[in-house]
Amino acid sequence: MRVNPPIAMLAELTHRCPLSCPYCSNPMELARIDQELDTETWCRVFTEAADLGVLQLHLSGGEPATRRDLPDLVKAASQAGLYTNLITSGIGLNEKRLAELDESGLDHVQLSLQGTTPEIADEIGGYNGGFKRKMEVAKWIGDIGFPLTLNVVLHRRNLHQIPRALEIAQEIGARRIEVATVQFHGWALANRDALMPTREQAQDAIKIVTKARQELKGKLVIDFVPADYHDQMPKRCMGGWGTTGLNIAPDGQVLPCHAAQTIPHLKFDNVREKPLADIWFGGSAFNAYRGDHWMPDTCKTCDRKEVDFGGCRCQAMALTGDPNATDPVCSKSPHHVAVKEQASAHAAHGDHVPLTYRQPPGKPAQAAE
Amino acid sequence: MELDDIPSLPRGVRIHFDKVREHWVLLAPERAVTLDPVGHAILQEVDGERSFGEITSTLAEKYHAPAAQIQKDSSGFLTALKNRRFLDVV
Repeated sequence: MRVNPPIAMLAELTHRCPLSCPYCSNPMELARIDQELDTETWCRVFTEAADLGVLQLHLSGGEPATRRDLPDLVKAASQAGLYTNLITSGIGLNEKRLAELDESGLDHVQLSLQGTTPEIADEIGGYNGGFKRKMEVAKWIGDIGFPLTLNVVLHRRNLHQIPRALEIAQEIGARRIEVATVQFHGWALANRDALMPTREQAQDAIKIVTKARQELKGKLVIDFVPADYHDQMPKRCMGGWGTTGLNIAPDGQVLPCHAAQTIPHLKFDNVREKPLADIWFGGSAFNAYRGDHWMPDTCKTCDRKEVDFGGCRCQAMALTGDPNATDPVCSKSPHHVAVKEQASAHAAHGDHVPLTYRQPPGKPAQAAE
Repeated sequence: MELDDIPSLPRGVRIHFDKVREHWVLLAPERAVTLDPVGHAILQEVDGERSFGEITSTLAEKYHAPAAQIQKDSSGFLTALKNRRFLDVV
Protein backbone atom coordinates (compact mmCIF):
# COMPACT_ATOMS: atom_id res chain seq x y z
CA MET A 1 0.00 0.00 0.00
CA ARG A 2 1.04 3.58 -0.62
CA VAL A 3 2.16 5.39 2.54
CA ASN A 4 1.80 9.17 2.58
CA PRO A 5 4.13 11.40 4.58
CA PRO A 6 2.89 12.61 7.97
CA ILE A 7 1.33 16.07 8.40
CA ALA A 8 1.67 16.47 12.16
CA MET A 9 4.26 15.56 14.76
CA LEU A 10 3.83 15.64 18.52
CA ALA A 11 7.15 16.19 20.24
CA GLU A 12 6.89 15.19 23.89
CA LEU A 13 9.90 17.18 25.02
CA THR A 14 9.78 15.92 28.60
CA HIS A 15 7.59 13.92 30.95
CA ARG A 16 8.30 16.33 33.80
CA CYS A 17 5.25 18.40 34.76
CA PRO A 18 4.20 20.54 37.74
CA LEU A 19 0.67 19.15 37.42
CA SER A 20 -0.36 15.57 38.13
CA CYS A 21 -3.70 15.17 36.32
CA PRO A 22 -5.27 11.77 36.92
CA TYR A 23 -5.95 11.31 33.18
CA CYS A 24 -2.47 12.25 31.95
CA SER A 25 -1.86 10.91 28.43
CA ASN A 26 1.80 10.13 29.16
CA PRO A 27 2.64 6.44 29.58
CA MET A 28 2.68 4.82 33.04
CA GLU A 29 6.42 4.39 32.72
CA LEU A 30 7.75 7.94 32.41
CA ALA A 31 11.08 8.98 30.93
CA ARG A 32 13.51 10.44 33.47
CA ILE A 33 15.34 13.72 32.85
CA ASP A 34 18.60 11.88 32.10
CA GLN A 35 16.85 9.94 29.31
CA GLU A 36 15.57 13.05 27.50
CA LEU A 37 16.91 13.99 24.06
CA ASP A 38 19.31 16.93 24.13
CA THR A 39 18.76 20.22 22.30
CA GLU A 40 20.91 19.28 19.32
CA THR A 41 19.10 15.99 18.70
CA TRP A 42 15.66 17.62 18.89
CA CYS A 43 16.79 20.28 16.39
CA ARG A 44 18.00 17.59 13.98
CA VAL A 45 14.70 15.73 14.34
CA PHE A 46 12.72 18.90 13.53
CA THR A 47 14.70 19.32 10.29
CA GLU A 48 14.16 15.65 9.42
CA ALA A 49 10.45 16.06 10.13
CA ALA A 50 10.12 19.10 7.85
CA ASP A 51 12.02 17.26 5.09
CA LEU A 52 9.70 14.29 5.53
CA GLY A 53 6.58 16.43 5.01
CA VAL A 54 5.49 17.38 8.55
CA LEU A 55 3.77 20.78 8.54
CA GLN A 56 2.49 21.07 12.09
CA LEU A 57 4.72 20.59 15.12
CA HIS A 58 3.08 20.26 18.51
CA LEU A 59 5.52 20.89 21.35
CA SER A 60 4.15 19.06 24.33
CA GLY A 61 5.15 17.01 27.35
CA GLY A 62 4.74 16.72 30.33
CA GLU A 63 5.02 20.45 30.55
CA PRO A 64 7.24 21.66 27.69
CA ALA A 65 8.07 24.86 29.60
CA THR A 66 10.10 22.78 32.06
CA ARG A 67 12.70 22.47 29.26
CA ARG A 68 15.05 25.44 29.66
CA ASP A 69 15.99 25.23 25.99
CA LEU A 70 12.36 25.68 24.82
CA PRO A 71 13.02 28.99 22.97
CA ASP A 72 15.98 27.40 21.14
CA LEU A 73 13.83 24.43 20.15
CA VAL A 74 11.06 26.72 18.88
CA LYS A 75 13.59 28.72 16.89
CA ALA A 76 15.06 25.61 15.26
CA ALA A 77 11.61 24.26 14.38
CA SER A 78 10.50 27.58 13.01
CA GLN A 79 13.63 27.89 10.87
CA ALA A 80 12.99 24.39 9.54
CA GLY A 81 9.66 25.76 8.23
CA LEU A 82 7.38 24.01 10.74
CA TYR A 83 4.24 25.60 12.18
CA THR A 84 5.00 25.60 15.90
CA ASN A 85 2.30 25.00 18.48
CA LEU A 86 3.05 25.03 22.21
CA ILE A 87 0.76 22.74 24.21
CA THR A 88 1.12 23.95 27.76
CA SER A 89 -0.46 24.02 31.19
CA GLY A 90 0.83 27.58 31.44
CA ILE A 91 2.67 26.73 34.66
CA GLY A 92 6.32 27.64 34.18
CA LEU A 93 5.60 30.46 31.76
CA ASN A 94 5.96 34.12 32.66
CA GLU A 95 5.98 37.35 30.64
CA LYS A 96 9.71 37.12 29.98
CA ARG A 97 9.64 33.54 28.73
CA LEU A 98 6.60 34.23 26.55
CA ALA A 99 8.44 37.20 25.02
CA GLU A 100 11.40 34.89 24.27
CA LEU A 101 9.08 32.39 22.61
CA ASP A 102 7.58 35.23 20.55
CA GLU A 103 11.06 36.23 19.38
CA SER A 104 11.84 32.60 18.57
CA GLY A 105 8.91 32.51 16.14
CA LEU A 106 6.29 30.54 18.07
CA ASP A 107 3.09 30.42 15.99
CA HIS A 108 0.36 29.34 18.39
CA VAL A 109 -0.38 28.43 22.00
CA GLN A 110 -2.76 25.80 23.32
CA LEU A 111 -3.46 26.38 27.00
CA SER A 112 -5.03 23.66 29.14
CA LEU A 113 -7.65 24.18 31.81
CA GLN A 114 -8.69 21.42 34.23
CA GLY A 115 -11.98 23.05 35.11
CA THR A 116 -13.68 26.45 35.10
CA THR A 117 -13.43 27.12 38.84
CA PRO A 118 -10.27 27.15 41.00
CA GLU A 119 -11.80 24.48 43.28
CA ILE A 120 -12.22 21.80 40.63
CA ALA A 121 -9.32 22.83 38.37
CA ASP A 122 -6.75 22.82 41.17
CA GLU A 123 -8.03 19.56 42.63
CA ILE A 124 -7.87 17.77 39.27
CA GLY A 125 -4.49 19.26 38.33
CA GLY A 126 -3.14 18.55 41.82
CA TYR A 127 -1.64 22.04 41.87
CA ASN A 128 -2.79 24.80 44.24
CA GLY A 129 -3.15 28.20 42.63
CA GLY A 130 -2.99 26.68 39.16
CA PHE A 131 -6.27 28.13 37.90
CA LYS A 132 -5.40 31.67 38.96
CA ARG A 133 -1.96 31.41 37.39
CA LYS A 134 -3.39 30.08 34.12
CA MET A 135 -5.71 33.07 33.87
CA GLU A 136 -2.67 35.36 34.29
CA VAL A 137 -0.77 33.43 31.62
CA ALA A 138 -3.79 33.69 29.30
CA LYS A 139 -3.67 37.47 29.67
CA TRP A 140 0.06 37.62 28.82
CA ILE A 141 -0.55 35.39 25.79
CA GLY A 142 -3.24 37.84 24.68
CA ASP A 143 -1.00 40.86 25.30
CA ILE A 144 1.63 39.42 22.95
CA GLY A 145 -1.06 38.47 20.45
CA PHE A 146 -0.35 34.76 20.07
CA PRO A 147 -3.32 32.95 18.57
CA LEU A 148 -4.77 30.90 21.41
CA THR A 149 -6.67 27.65 21.77
CA LEU A 150 -8.17 26.76 25.13
CA ASN A 151 -8.17 23.05 25.90
CA VAL A 152 -10.56 21.77 28.53
CA VAL A 153 -10.54 18.11 29.47
CA LEU A 154 -13.92 16.94 30.68
CA HIS A 155 -15.20 14.03 32.73
CA ARG A 156 -17.98 13.26 35.20
CA ARG A 157 -16.72 15.81 37.74
CA ASN A 158 -16.69 18.83 35.39
CA LEU A 159 -18.83 18.08 32.32
CA HIS A 160 -21.45 20.50 33.63
CA GLN A 161 -18.89 23.28 33.16
CA ILE A 162 -18.92 23.29 29.32
CA PRO A 163 -21.06 26.47 29.06
CA ARG A 164 -18.69 28.35 31.36
CA ALA A 165 -15.65 26.99 29.47
CA LEU A 166 -17.08 28.44 26.25
CA GLU A 167 -17.46 31.82 28.00
CA ILE A 168 -13.92 31.77 29.39
CA ALA A 169 -12.54 30.97 25.94
CA GLN A 170 -14.20 34.11 24.58
CA GLU A 171 -13.21 36.24 27.57
CA ILE A 172 -9.53 35.41 27.12
CA GLY A 173 -9.70 35.94 23.36
CA ALA A 174 -9.22 32.33 22.25
CA ARG A 175 -10.06 31.60 18.62
CA ARG A 176 -10.56 27.90 19.29
CA ILE A 177 -11.59 25.66 22.14
CA GLU A 178 -11.03 21.95 22.41
CA VAL A 179 -13.73 20.37 24.49
CA ALA A 180 -12.19 16.96 25.03
CA THR A 181 -13.78 14.21 27.06
CA VAL A 182 -11.20 12.06 28.82
CA GLN A 183 -9.94 9.16 26.74
CA PHE A 184 -9.33 6.23 29.01
CA HIS A 185 -5.76 5.09 28.47
CA GLY A 186 -2.80 4.83 30.83
CA TRP A 187 -3.30 6.87 33.99
CA ALA A 188 -6.97 7.48 33.21
CA LEU A 189 -7.75 3.75 33.21
CA ALA A 190 -7.12 3.69 36.96
CA ASN A 191 -9.58 6.56 37.39
CA ARG A 192 -12.60 5.29 35.52
CA ASP A 193 -14.72 5.03 38.69
CA ALA A 194 -13.91 8.65 39.52
CA LEU A 195 -14.11 10.17 36.05
CA MET A 196 -16.37 8.14 33.72
CA PRO A 197 -19.17 10.42 32.47
CA THR A 198 -22.74 9.24 32.76
CA ARG A 199 -24.63 8.48 29.57
CA GLU A 200 -26.82 11.53 30.20
CA GLN A 201 -23.78 13.79 30.56
CA ALA A 202 -22.33 12.44 27.33
CA GLN A 203 -25.59 13.16 25.48
CA ASP A 204 -26.00 16.62 27.02
CA ALA A 205 -22.46 17.53 25.99
CA ILE A 206 -23.23 16.70 22.35
CA LYS A 207 -26.37 18.88 22.47
CA ILE A 208 -24.58 21.82 24.10
CA VAL A 209 -21.69 21.70 21.65
CA THR A 210 -23.96 21.39 18.60
CA LYS A 211 -25.96 24.43 19.69
CA ALA A 212 -22.87 26.47 20.61
CA ARG A 213 -21.26 25.76 17.22
CA GLN A 214 -24.22 27.46 15.55
CA GLU A 215 -24.34 30.39 17.94
CA LEU A 216 -20.59 31.04 17.94
CA LYS A 217 -19.96 30.51 14.24
CA GLY A 218 -17.15 32.80 13.09
CA LYS A 219 -16.36 33.76 16.71
CA LEU A 220 -15.11 30.62 18.38
CA VAL A 221 -14.24 27.34 16.68
CA ILE A 222 -15.18 24.32 18.79
CA ASP A 223 -13.37 21.00 18.47
CA PHE A 224 -15.14 18.27 20.37
CA VAL A 225 -13.96 14.84 21.50
CA PRO A 226 -17.03 12.91 22.72
CA ALA A 227 -17.19 10.32 25.51
CA ASP A 228 -16.64 7.29 23.34
CA TYR A 229 -17.51 4.47 25.78
CA HIS A 230 -21.13 5.55 25.41
CA ASP A 231 -20.97 5.73 21.62
CA GLN A 232 -22.16 3.25 18.97
CA MET A 233 -19.28 3.72 16.57
CA PRO A 234 -15.59 4.00 17.36
CA LYS A 235 -13.45 7.08 16.94
CA ARG A 236 -11.30 7.68 13.87
CA CYS A 237 -8.26 7.29 16.04
CA MET A 238 -5.20 9.36 14.95
CA GLY A 239 -6.95 9.86 11.58
CA GLY A 240 -5.73 6.35 10.82
CA TRP A 241 -2.70 4.56 12.26
CA GLY A 242 0.52 5.68 10.57
CA THR A 243 -1.29 7.87 8.04
CA THR A 244 -1.28 11.39 9.43
CA GLY A 245 0.78 11.88 12.54
CA LEU A 246 3.53 10.58 14.77
CA ASN A 247 4.79 11.13 18.33
CA ILE A 248 8.31 11.41 19.60
CA ALA A 249 8.68 10.40 23.25
CA PRO A 250 11.15 12.36 25.45
CA ASP A 251 13.74 9.60 25.08
CA GLY A 252 13.53 9.60 21.27
CA GLN A 253 11.25 6.62 20.72
CA VAL A 254 8.96 7.18 17.76
CA LEU A 255 5.35 6.18 18.40
CA PRO A 256 2.33 5.95 16.08
CA CYS A 257 0.21 7.40 18.94
CA HIS A 258 0.79 8.49 22.52
CA ALA A 259 -0.60 5.28 24.00
CA ALA A 260 1.08 2.86 21.58
CA GLN A 261 3.45 1.60 24.28
CA THR A 262 0.49 -0.16 25.90
CA ILE A 263 0.54 -2.67 23.00
CA PRO A 264 3.12 -5.20 24.17
CA HIS A 265 4.17 -6.73 20.83
CA LEU A 266 5.15 -3.43 19.21
CA LYS A 267 8.84 -2.49 18.89
CA PHE A 268 9.66 1.18 18.57
CA ASP A 269 12.55 2.73 16.70
CA ASN A 270 14.50 5.63 18.16
CA VAL A 271 15.55 8.87 16.44
CA ARG A 272 18.98 8.46 18.05
CA GLU A 273 19.54 5.42 15.84
CA LYS A 274 17.62 5.90 12.59
CA PRO A 275 16.50 8.73 10.31
CA LEU A 276 12.88 9.73 10.90
CA ALA A 277 11.87 8.95 7.29
CA ASP A 278 13.11 5.34 7.61
CA ILE A 279 11.15 4.96 10.84
CA TRP A 280 7.94 6.41 9.37
CA PHE A 281 7.95 4.40 6.15
CA GLY A 282 9.68 1.22 7.29
CA GLY A 283 9.24 0.95 11.07
CA SER A 284 7.46 -2.21 12.20
CA ALA A 285 5.26 -0.36 14.73
CA PHE A 286 3.98 1.99 12.01
CA ASN A 287 3.32 -0.82 9.57
CA ALA A 288 1.62 -3.04 12.16
CA TYR A 289 -1.80 -1.38 11.77
CA ARG A 290 -1.63 0.32 8.39
CA GLY A 291 -4.14 -0.86 5.78
CA ASP A 292 -6.48 -3.74 6.58
CA HIS A 293 -4.19 -6.80 6.67
CA TRP A 294 -4.43 -6.96 10.46
CA MET A 295 -8.20 -6.51 10.71
CA PRO A 296 -10.64 -9.11 11.99
CA ASP A 297 -13.36 -10.03 9.43
CA THR A 298 -15.86 -7.79 11.24
CA CYS A 299 -13.76 -4.77 10.25
CA LYS A 300 -12.42 -6.06 6.94
CA THR A 301 -15.92 -6.47 5.52
CA CYS A 302 -17.34 -3.30 7.11
CA ASP A 303 -18.25 -0.33 4.92
CA ARG A 304 -16.85 2.00 7.58
CA LYS A 305 -13.35 0.53 7.52
CA GLU A 306 -12.04 3.56 5.58
CA VAL A 307 -13.92 5.89 7.94
CA ASP A 308 -12.79 4.74 11.38
CA PHE A 309 -10.15 2.11 10.51
CA GLY A 310 -11.58 -0.29 13.09
CA GLY A 311 -11.25 2.33 15.85
CA CYS A 312 -8.54 2.65 18.46
CA ARG A 313 -5.92 -0.13 18.74
CA CYS A 314 -4.92 0.87 22.27
CA GLN A 315 -8.54 0.79 23.40
CA ALA A 316 -8.98 -2.68 21.87
CA MET A 317 -5.88 -3.73 23.82
CA ALA A 318 -7.03 -2.16 27.09
CA LEU A 319 -10.58 -3.52 27.01
CA THR A 320 -10.30 -6.88 25.24
CA GLY A 321 -6.63 -7.76 25.68
CA ASP A 322 -6.28 -8.08 21.89
CA PRO A 323 -4.89 -5.08 19.96
CA ASN A 324 -6.17 -6.55 16.67
CA ALA A 325 -9.78 -6.72 17.85
CA THR A 326 -12.56 -4.43 16.63
CA ASP A 327 -12.65 -1.41 18.96
CA PRO A 328 -15.19 -2.60 21.57
CA VAL A 329 -16.98 0.75 21.42
CA CYS A 330 -18.28 -0.40 18.02
CA SER A 331 -21.80 -1.88 18.07
CA LYS A 332 -20.50 -4.72 15.85
CA SER A 333 -17.94 -5.80 18.46
CA PRO A 334 -18.84 -8.88 20.54
CA HIS A 335 -17.59 -6.87 23.56
CA HIS A 336 -19.82 -3.86 22.88
CA VAL A 337 -22.60 -4.67 25.33
CA ALA A 338 -20.14 -5.51 28.10
CA VAL A 339 -18.28 -2.21 27.57
CA LYS A 340 -21.54 -0.25 27.75
CA GLU A 341 -22.46 -1.97 31.01
CA GLN A 342 -18.96 -1.42 32.34
CA ALA A 343 -19.16 2.29 31.45
CA SER A 344 -22.49 2.64 33.25
CA ALA A 345 -21.07 0.86 36.31
CA HIS A 346 -18.01 3.16 36.40
CA ALA A 347 -20.28 6.20 35.98
CA ALA A 348 -22.60 5.12 38.83
CA HIS A 349 -20.00 6.02 41.48
CA GLY A 350 -20.43 9.30 43.36
CA ASP A 351 -18.19 12.36 43.46
CA HIS A 352 -16.05 11.12 46.31
CA VAL A 353 -14.02 8.40 44.63
CA PRO A 354 -10.38 9.25 45.41
CA LEU A 355 -8.30 10.27 42.41
CA THR A 356 -5.17 8.33 41.49
CA TYR A 357 -2.82 11.10 40.47
CA ARG A 358 -0.05 10.80 37.94
CA GLN A 359 3.29 10.43 39.72
CA PRO A 360 6.47 12.24 38.68
CA PRO A 361 9.02 10.38 36.50
CA GLY A 362 11.04 7.81 38.37
CA LYS A 363 8.51 7.09 41.11
CA PRO A 364 5.87 4.36 41.20
CA ALA A 365 2.16 5.19 40.97
CA GLN A 366 0.03 4.93 44.10
CA ALA A 367 -3.50 5.87 45.06
CA ALA A 368 -4.01 9.25 46.72
CA GLU A 369 -5.42 9.42 50.25
CA MET B 1 -18.64 39.21 1.86
CA GLU B 2 -19.36 42.89 1.01
CA LEU B 3 -17.39 44.84 -1.60
CA ASP B 4 -15.92 47.23 0.98
CA ASP B 5 -14.95 44.50 3.47
CA ILE B 6 -11.21 44.33 4.04
CA PRO B 7 -10.02 40.75 4.60
CA SER B 8 -6.69 39.91 6.23
CA LEU B 9 -4.88 36.83 7.48
CA PRO B 10 -4.65 37.08 11.28
CA ARG B 11 -1.48 36.31 13.20
CA GLY B 12 -0.81 32.58 13.13
CA VAL B 13 -2.33 32.01 9.69
CA ARG B 14 -0.06 31.96 6.66
CA ILE B 15 0.41 30.63 3.15
CA HIS B 16 3.18 28.07 2.87
CA PHE B 17 4.59 26.10 -0.05
CA ASP B 18 4.63 22.41 0.84
CA LYS B 19 7.81 21.34 -0.89
CA VAL B 20 7.24 17.64 -0.23
CA ARG B 21 3.72 17.49 -1.73
CA GLU B 22 4.46 20.31 -4.18
CA HIS B 23 1.42 22.46 -3.54
CA TRP B 24 0.41 25.49 -1.49
CA VAL B 25 -1.19 25.11 1.92
CA LEU B 26 -2.75 27.47 4.42
CA LEU B 27 -1.19 26.90 7.82
CA ALA B 28 -3.37 27.84 10.79
CA PRO B 29 -3.61 26.85 14.46
CA GLU B 30 -3.43 23.03 14.47
CA ARG B 31 -4.68 22.86 10.87
CA ALA B 32 -3.16 22.65 7.40
CA VAL B 33 -5.53 23.28 4.50
CA THR B 34 -4.53 22.35 0.94
CA LEU B 35 -5.02 25.29 -1.43
CA ASP B 36 -6.07 24.73 -5.02
CA PRO B 37 -4.71 27.23 -7.59
CA VAL B 38 -7.85 29.37 -7.31
CA GLY B 39 -7.71 29.55 -3.51
CA HIS B 40 -4.02 30.37 -3.67
CA ALA B 41 -4.61 33.12 -6.25
CA ILE B 42 -7.28 34.72 -4.03
CA LEU B 43 -5.20 34.60 -0.85
CA GLN B 44 -2.18 36.05 -2.60
CA GLU B 45 -4.20 39.23 -3.08
CA VAL B 46 -5.31 39.41 0.56
CA ASP B 47 -2.98 42.02 2.08
CA GLY B 48 -5.08 43.59 4.83
CA GLU B 49 -5.23 46.86 2.88
CA ARG B 50 -7.34 46.31 -0.20
CA SER B 51 -11.08 45.68 -0.06
CA PHE B 52 -12.88 42.62 -1.31
CA GLY B 53 -14.09 44.70 -4.28
CA GLU B 54 -10.58 45.78 -5.21
CA ILE B 55 -9.22 42.25 -4.82
CA THR B 56 -11.87 40.70 -7.03
CA SER B 57 -11.44 43.42 -9.72
CA THR B 58 -7.72 42.69 -9.79
CA LEU B 59 -8.40 38.96 -10.13
CA ALA B 60 -10.99 39.53 -12.88
CA GLU B 61 -8.48 41.57 -14.86
CA LYS B 62 -5.60 39.16 -14.25
CA TYR B 63 -7.53 36.05 -15.26
CA HIS B 64 -9.82 37.65 -17.87
CA ALA B 65 -12.90 36.42 -16.03
CA PRO B 66 -16.27 38.13 -15.31
CA ALA B 67 -16.05 40.07 -12.04
CA ALA B 68 -19.43 38.76 -10.85
CA GLN B 69 -18.26 35.15 -11.10
CA ILE B 70 -14.98 35.92 -9.34
CA GLN B 71 -16.87 37.71 -6.56
CA LYS B 72 -19.21 34.77 -6.07
CA ASP B 73 -16.40 32.18 -5.89
CA SER B 74 -14.13 34.33 -3.72
CA SER B 75 -16.93 35.23 -1.34
CA GLY B 76 -17.73 31.55 -0.69
CA PHE B 77 -14.09 30.68 -0.17
CA LEU B 78 -13.29 33.63 2.11
CA THR B 79 -16.48 33.25 4.14
CA ALA B 80 -15.61 29.62 4.83
CA LEU B 81 -12.17 30.71 6.05
CA LYS B 82 -13.75 33.43 8.20
CA ASN B 83 -16.07 30.90 9.83
CA ARG B 84 -13.04 28.84 10.79
CA ARG B 85 -11.29 31.91 12.20
CA PHE B 86 -8.59 31.71 9.52
CA LEU B 87 -9.53 35.15 8.17
CA ASP B 88 -10.30 38.50 9.79
CA VAL B 89 -12.67 40.90 8.09
CA VAL B 90 -13.12 44.58 8.94
